[in-house]
Amino acid sequence: MKYVIIGNSAAGIGAVQGIREADKDGQIVIISDEKYHTYSRPLISYLLKGRVTEESMIYRPLSFYEDNKVDTMLGIRAVSVDSASKNVLLEDGSKVSYDKLLIAAGSKPFVPPMEGLDNVKDKFSFMKLDDVKAIEKTVKQGSKVLIVGAGLIGLKAAEALEHYGAQMTVIDLADRILPSILDKEASDIMQAHIESKGVRFILGTSVKKFGENSAELNNGETVDFDFVILAVGVRPNTELAESAGGSVNRGIETDTRQAVKGVTDIYAAGDCTKSFDISAGTERILAILPNAFMQGNVAGRNMAGKESYYLNAIPMNAIGFFGLHIITAGSYDGEVYCEKDGSNYKKLFTKDNSLKGFILMGNKIERAGIYTSMIKEHIALDETDFEMLKKNPMLMAFSRARRNEKLAGGVGND
Amino acid sequence: MKRVYVNEDWCLGCHLCEFYCAFANSGETDMSKAFKLGRNAAPRIRIEEGDGINFAVSCRHCQDPACVKGCIAGALSINNGVIEINKDKCVGCYTCVLSCPYGCIVIDPQNDGMTVTKCELCTRNNAGEPACAANCPNRAIVYEERGEA
Repeated sequence: MKYVIIGNSAAGIGAVQGIREADKDGQIVIISDEKYHTYSRPLISYLLKGRVTEESMIYRPLSFYEDNKVDTMLGIRAVSVDSASKNVLLEDGSKVSYDKLLIAAGSKPFVPPMEGLDNVKDKFSFMKLDDVKAIEKTVKQGSKVLIVGAGLIGLKAAEALEHYGAQMTVIDLADRILPSILDKEASDIMQAHIESKGVRFILGTSVKKFGENSAELNNGETVDFDFVILAVGVRPNTELAESAGGSVNRGIETDTRQAVKGVTDIYAAGDCTKSFDISAGTERILAILPNAFMQGNVAGRNMAGKESYYLNAIPMNAIGFFGLHIITAGSYDGEVYCEKDGSNYKKLFTKDNSLKGFILMGNKIERAGIYTSMIKEHIALDETDFEMLKKNPMLMAFSRARRNEKLAGGVGND
Repeated sequence: MKRVYVNEDWCLGCHLCEFYCAFANSGETDMSKAFKLGRNAAPRIRIEEGDGINFAVSCRHCQDPACVKGCIAGALSINNGVIEINKDKCVGCYTCVLSCPYGCIVIDPQNDGMTVTKCELCTRNNAGEPACAANCPNRAIVYEERGEA
């Protein structure tokens, strides 16, 4: 059996581990357009600020490929998939045949058309190791930086650039920061916190026109900069699945075994796919690392003939900015329980006798996984002491039977 | 493999397991030094106290662990069944805190929360075997083989 994996990040690595649970000997080939040993994408901001090194940010040990008998083709791009002849076509014209294929091609920066952007010499995305290497060549102590996008990527870049004493302005078309993971109240707390570190926000507006070292905004202001970080958003890489004849609707569509709909022997996982969010009951793109790994892991098992299903995807994020931490999960829909004390903030959302989502900040984050498990396992609230759980997530609040099951177990959990 | 199990009927809620855990992992040989020098020795086991019920909770060392799978840094790994944390790789994002259904990942006060810490069954300190079980006065915590599911 020959397994080919396009992508060398969390989903691809999860697939290697999944395949090797069931098939110790089949040939595995990883193809990636990046030339590096597998590294952690979300750690690039920690690299830029010097918290980790290129050596310490590897996602799996240097012996990983050898230990798992993986052949790598790094630094070469896969351009299309011929599902009839079962070949992957590479940018140099060569072909790689497969018996089972995983598309774990990730996502790419979305840069909307902006007038004059071509005039800007120093502009960067912030998604890959090479982006950091390029920024490191340009950034100086006290650089003036314009960050376009007040989402996770833009603000992680801001946190890293503070290390250089950068003078930062963040703009966003939305009227608040981090709208994908926070509600308005939590956005305001985090915005005030980041502003206290010297970052300036200009919200509810966009760039009208770029000059070489300045941007004219639609609200009439002008912002000077030495360089620009473009962090407006990301889009799934779906071209490979499309070329294979697979089903794509914004993201690649898969079944719960991670098999791509409309084709055979092709699987997909990670930021290029759509997931079924069980907290909202809808399909959406969940571009987060744990989801990528788990999808890849399930895909790998199925590719190797070990039946496995991914049935409990939810949005979930744990991230800090300038020392203030956030843990969020699920959907912000239903009845609200809220605690607020300065930067410490908790909001729980309940509906239909279950916990649907939560936002925790500051000192309210401990043991958050107990809440996460309640969403994922659809634990009925009337089976718990929810008054106790609201205040502190604890196993005590579950029924004795469920508690004993949890404490005796722990042998399997995802 | 051998695991730490608790019996809530026998737990007195005395918190000795927390002290012995923190001490075993403090690197100190003198208990008073471990706790008196302001080093924030942190237990990796936690007593939950309720109305007439107490029990200790620590890492279950899951076979298919959500914390390891979700770790963004590759800092959590399984070594002979024991889930270990590599603090040189951990960036303190707390995705594992978000993921652990037992609430057993501890934000490490010894590192000002810059990393997490967790039970490693005393395999990486000098205790020899889990200090929580060894020092529980009422055998409410045991370290034993019960077979895997």
